[in-house]
Amino acid sequence: MFSWDLLANAVVAGLLIGGFYAAVSLGVGLIFGLLDIANIAQPAFVILGSYAAYVLNSSYGLDPILTGLLLTPVFYLLGAAVYRVYYTSFERRGEESLRGLVFFFGILFIIEVSLSIIFGVDYRLIQTWYGSRSIEFAGVGVAFRYLVPFVVGVAMTLALHLFLGRTFYGRAIMAVSQDRLALRLMGANPVQIKTIAFGVGIAAASLAGALLISIAPVIPSTDRDYIGRMFAITVLGGMGSIGGTLVAGIVLGIAESLMATFFGPSWSLAVSFGILLLALAVRPAGLFGR
Amino acid sequence: MKTGRTLLVALAVIVAGILLAKLRVNPYFYFAGYVILQYIVIATAWNILGGYAGYVNFGTPAFFAMGAYTAVFLIRSVHAPLPVLIVAGGLVAALLGLGIGYLTLRLRGTFFSIATLALAVVLQTAIINWEYVGGSRGLSVIRPSGPPFGNYVVFLFTVMGGLAVVSVLVARFIERSWIGRGLAALRDNEEAAECMGVPTLKLKLFATTVSGFFLGVAGAPFPYYVTFVEPNSAFALDYAVNALAMPMIGGTTSWVGPVIGAVLLGTASQLATVTISSEMNLFIVGVVLVAFVVLAPEGILGLVRKLRGR
Amino acid sequence: MAGPLLEVEGLVKRFGGFTALNRVSLSVKAGERFGLIGPNGSGKTTLINCVSGALPVDSGSIRFEGREITALPPHQRTRLGIVRSFQIPKPFTSMTVRENLGIPLEYAAAGRAGGEGSADADEILESIGLHAKAHLRPAGLTQIEMRKLELARAMAARPKLLISDEAMAGLSSTEVDDILAILFRLNTQGITIIMIEHIMRAVMRFSERIVVLDAGERIAEGTPDEVVRNPAVEKAYLGE
Repeated sequence: MFSWDLLANAVVAGLLIGGFYAAVSLGVGLIFGLLDIANIAQPAFVILGSYAAYVLNSSYGLDPILTGLLLTPVFYLLGAAVYRVYYTSFERRGEESLRGLVFFFGILFIIEVSLSIIFGVDYRLIQTWYGSRSIEFAGVGVAFRYLVPFVVGVAMTLALHLFLGRTFYGRAIMAVSQDRLALRLMGANPVQIKTIAFGVGIAAASLAGALLISIAPVIPSTDRDYIGRMFAITVLGGMGSIGGTLVAGIVLGIAESLMATFFGPSWSLAVSFGILLLALAVRPAGLFGR
Repeated sequence: MKTGRTLLVALAVIVAGILLAKLRVNPYFYFAGYVILQYIVIATAWNILGGYAGYVNFGTPAFFAMGAYTAVFLIRSVHAPLPVLIVAGGLVAALLGLGIGYLTLRLRGTFFSIATLALAVVLQTAIINWEYVGGSRGLSVIRPSGPPFGNYVVFLFTVMGGLAVVSVLVARFIERSWIGRGLAALRDNEEAAECMGVPTLKLKLFATTVSGFFLGVAGAPFPYYVTFVEPNSAFALDYAVNALAMPMIGGTTSWVGPVIGAVLLGTASQLATVTISSEMNLFIVGVVLVAFVVLAPEGILGLVRKLRGR
Repeated sequence: MAGPLLEVEGLVKRFGGFTALNRVSLSVKAGERFGLIGPNGSGKTTLINCVSGALPVDSGSIRFEGREITALPPHQRTRLGIVRSFQIPKPFTSMTVRENLGIPLEYAAAGRAGGEGSADADEILESIGLHAKAHLRPAGLTQIEMRKLELARAMAARPKLLISDEAMAGLSSTEVDDILAILFRLNTQGITIIMIEHIMRAVMRFSERIVVLDAGERIAEGTPDEVVRNPAVEKAYLGE
């Protein structure tokens, strides 16, 4: 059953959730897109962020966005620590591929199972003070529950873009992604720069996770729903282009929304998987290119 | 071990399995034994791609479940006998492996791994939406009557034992053949292997297909084992982590590693699940996996080799 | 045989907005000792990657023994007889030195002159001076031994055309002579050799003909003497 109204609503909803998806994918865009570290544990850190926000919300009534921001230093340190282990165990020995991947999968797995043990498998959600409000915009209803994460998502993208383009460490990260040797000559230590980048990527997960649990209910296995989305967005967005991540996120959001509206919600994961495969198929160079 | 001796050992194992079945020891032994034998097949299958070729499959549940649900479909539609279920389950999973491989193996291994991770989730969604095989509610399956050894679980135990022997023999054969040498070369350095004449894409597709086949074979008897099949158990995370952990702990460069890993970790898991809880067991497996990958990446076989001073 | 062994025509290779090779052409005669030089970043390794098949080309054609190979994957080009060694050695780390040679013997050379068998591996290792270390893993080799292994592996593939990519970088003077002697010997056995090197005395002594690349373009060609006296070459290396 088709109507322009339905279509308009689907597109707007998709746009909004797409901005959120972009926020969730920023960490992967930074760590995998720019630094070429296949951190498949990123979704687990996002869910960790969700549960952290949940705990602080149910104990102290704190707004999730506030919690997300407050916890960024904690997550940053966590990310830095994880990278250090990864570097000492694998990157330094040149054995990144097989073992590094398994390492990150192990981290993903441990986080998910730990959350399962601590919180059980009930769905958790945070009701925000703005969650039930909505506004009318050009005849389409826009729920604050989606609008606020969208705005925060766009803000995060902008912040990261400015960080990478205007600050010393941000530019150093861009340099590392292109030429390790040049960075050494610049006087910076690539390992330190990568540690910072990884930390920032995980810190982004803190805020993204807090947003997630204010949009939709979360259980420990929700992280697996986002694996396909995060990597689809990163690959589609051009592997390290932060602006591209935002665009790709919105594209995915709209595609999923259209699919859900006209064919049913259970196929949305197939959309991200399909886009992931499509994006991989269209990548320019083959095995020896990047 | 030379081939002649290996075949003798294989025969001995099969005979031992049949004797054990006849002896009718404590029934729990067959339930637990089935699981461990199943993991020998899974770990061996995973290792053909992961250990020999160096391509990590995080989506083992997808392949296992494909075997299980192919069996469910065939049981429900045509009441196919067990051998047909096994072969069909294997073939469907093999096709899945070939498909995913064809789509992603031209790129870096990382993308293949990411795709397998996402694949399991998507496939589970698809199965949940397929009412004919039970959807999210699940489906009951009735075991055929009059099984050999008088008890169906005992029968499945011997069948899985036979499958374990077959999968290990196949893995060993591949490992020692020119294919295995080519896979080792592409694992060590894919670019150099390609430039030394190794048809890397073809070998990778071969490994993915064979690996997928045996993962599906491991899953095909599952419906008769559990009698009630539902997506959460067929796609269980256990399969994903164990398929990795068992070869990594045992050692990935040879067929012996997955067997050691499956027996050790499988037994330990059964004990932990019964004495503590299944979630704690998973947690411990995860920690052990990370510990091994960081501290002893060559697994037990590697540690033994170091002790021997080689 | 009539016609050149290798013919590269109008090769273009771009990486995003950067043109690494701009309509590069060259041809190599059978049995020739051919040198390829140019400043860093001039496109030498990119050209070799295109010829060996590691990189797809954007336009242009590559012909080997008169046959168009531009669309062939690397392993098939190797089987035809185009073999390259790597600048940074890429040994098969889990295998012994002898097993390392086993791979090209089994995959590249099988069915052609020489065929397989570990007897051949031992012959090659003897000729190159690595026989004493045949049972060791690459981790137990010195820098020059790794370079020799790289060459030995290439030899095991029974090349008609051997592309040696900076095999002598960072080696001492005697080690350079060592490698040079091996390459000369291979050439007398009938193998056509393309040498990419920065060590000028080696290239000058070795090559019968040299092509010079700069910024993705061919700027000079000729005998070593001609090339050395070419003002464009001097400018490319030393700047204005």
